[in-house]
Amino acid sequence: MESLQTMSDTELETDAAIVFQGVSKSFGNLPIFSNLSLMLPKNQISAIVGASGSGKTTLLQMINGLERPSAGSVHVLGEEVPSQGLASFRRRIGYAVQGAGLFPHLTARHNVTLVAQLEGWSEDEMQQRFQSLLASVGLPLDVADRLPRQLSGGQQQRLGICRALMLRQPVLLLDEPFSAVDPITRLGLYESFADVRRTDPSTTVLVTHDLREAKRLADFMVILDQGEVVQSGAPEHVLENPKTPYAEQLIESQLS
Amino acid sequence: MVFGLMICGGHTLAASESEPVVVGSKNFGESYLLAEIAAQALEAKGITVQRQFGLGGTLICYEALKSGEIDLYPEYTGTLSQAVLNLPGSPNRSQINQALVNDGLELLDEYGFNNTYAIVVRDALADELGLKTIGDLNDHQLALAFSHEFLQREDGWPGLARWYELDQVGTGIQHGLAYQAIADGAIDVTDAYSTDGELQRYSLRILKDDRGFFPEYRAATLVQQSASPELRKALIGLHNMLDEASIQALNAKMVIEGLSYQRVAADFIKANAERLALPEQTAQQATRSLIQENWVVELWGHFVRHLQLTGTALAAAIIVGLGLSLLVYQRERLAETVVYFCGLMQTVPSLALLALMIPIFGIGFLPAIIALFLYSLLPIVRNAITALTNTDPTLVKVSRALGLSAWEQLRYLRLPLATPAIFAGIRTAAVISIGTATLAAFIGAGGLGEPIVVGLSLNDTDMILQGAIPAALLAILVELGFAALERKVSPPR
Repeated sequence: MESLQTMSDTELETDAAIVFQGVSKSFGNLPIFSNLSLMLPKNQISAIVGASGSGKTTLLQMINGLERPSAGSVHVLGEEVPSQGLASFRRRIGYAVQGAGLFPHLTARHNVTLVAQLEGWSEDEMQQRFQSLLASVGLPLDVADRLPRQLSGGQQQRLGICRALMLRQPVLLLDEPFSAVDPITRLGLYESFADVRRTDPSTTVLVTHDLREAKRLADFMVILDQGEVVQSGAPEHVLENPKTPYAEQLIESQLS
Repeated sequence: MVFGLMICGGHTLAASESEPVVVGSKNFGESYLLAEIAAQALEAKGITVQRQFGLGGTLICYEALKSGEIDLYPEYTGTLSQAVLNLPGSPNRSQINQALVNDGLELLDEYGFNNTYAIVVRDALADELGLKTIGDLNDHQLALAFSHEFLQREDGWPGLARWYELDQVGTGIQHGLAYQAIADGAIDVTDAYSTDGELQRYSLRILKDDRGFFPEYRAATLVQQSASPELRKALIGLHNMLDEASIQALNAKMVIEGLSYQRVAADFIKANAERLALPEQTAQQATRSLIQENWVVELWGHFVRHLQLTGTALAAAIIVGLGLSLLVYQRERLAETVVYFCGLMQTVPSLALLALMIPIFGIGFLPAIIALFLYSLLPIVRNAITALTNTDPTLVKVSRALGLSAWEQLRYLRLPLATPAIFAGIRTAAVISIGTATLAAFIGAGGLGEPIVVGLSLNDTDMILQGAIPAALLAILVELGFAALERKVSPPR
């Protein structure tokens, strides 16, 4: 982990950090993916877009082992997702779940810093990091000691992002992270998110159904339709040249 | 309170060095009285006595005597031959004693009365119609009402009606109401026990069982064969000292005049000091010490004992229940099995469970605690396992994604969220065991059940309330206390 972070960005920029190889996945009799192969570039933001039910979240959760492929393999930073010792593997991957998923009995502060505390961070270090994260997602310090139920959906979601960013992990998974935030705040968040990534670069996978957001944030875009990658590449390129009727329809409905 | 302790201590201090003689009784008035008379007769001879009164029925008394938990208790020949030994007909004492040899027990000399089922009518009605025997009922149209049990039992009305070729139909009535009903003339004939104190009070007459349908239930003291000569000698004076009329009179003093069984026994011992070969002084002493018994001190003792019973059982159930839940909650099958097993415990009737304890743990504090412990287990285990396994799946997923180990998930997510439900389970267990602990008196464990059991057997409402009200208050108090505690420790939601 240490060695990966110290390697120069330029050297690895175009390397694949996350690799799906011949991945099939079904829930019972319902197939989601069949023989899917996909590479996501290191230290860049990859956006997975597609309609609901296209398998975006399942794809994301196969990266941190919450879902296991029925066949094929998933490699993250050169290491196959292990079947044993998943806890320590997951500690290297930040994850912002759809709908925040804050623990209802913990304060905002404790929710964000819990894993850092378990990792043995010092109190000072933890509070410093927490406060700078709060500032970067535009939350006032007085939310720190409130409980999730005392916060709005948007505020909770931003705390969920803080929790995912807390440990400065090399891989970051974001599942619809800005969906509950109002449009104006959202624009500010895009800015600060870019700032955070400049100081703490990470391979980020962003699941979203919002093409504008994908266009705005992503370096790499994957269009998923019913478990199949219909198109992937640089966002400008993908958006200009839809290859399938589905991609065309998706782009037209949101961007024209 | 100090005063009360001194009185209690007095018995022990005055006693000889040897082990006290443990006197048991069943949970009805006459049994208390006979046991107390025996106890005071022993004490008057300088033998130290420990009382284990109000044991829950024949089975419990018999097992307790067999296993040496108690040394003697009053029993009836018919009960032994029918309910314990399965001997046909109405065997006499020596026949019964032959059968008792196997269990190492022996029935001492009879007290002299027969407490059997009786068919009774009002004196006035008997005179008017010339009713003398049960068979005479056939000649008249009378309103017959019997206790529900008597109507059902083969050795009750169905058998009796066949035996005497009676063609009347009896209806059911609550036994407690029957006396009032027959006195008021609402009914004419009912069943009773031949020694009931009410027979004199309501001027009722027993119809003669001239064809000998009812078995004889002659009272006598049941002891171990190994009983010491001193003990036998001390009880010998009671032989043939009570006929039906005198036991009816003594029962009436308790049931109708509301005197305590201790008082009635003491008066009896005093009145018969000469026949029992007791110095006048000793008898008077026994009487005085009983009158000085302070009911507040006694009640406080029951209350403390009740707290000890429920507290110990609950603490053990919390430790074992939560430990068990934490061990199995991750394994669905195992968790289900554990909950199922705990549920099974709950379905065993409390008295049966208590009776099952006796051969293993004897009578008194320990078996009562074990039974209460088993009863408290289910609500604790069920609530804990349900709460631990039903954590919001999204949050569980998040905690896994954050890289929390199984232990950390438990510590930071499942356990804090399960706390209110776990507390609710403990609260339920506490209230259940406070209630169930009143039954512990049946196996001589004491507690607030003791005045309830005694009161029930003597038909003494005041005494029942003396146990029931504090028990109810205790349950409410514990309920409120736990609710407050629960609010304190629950995570804010």
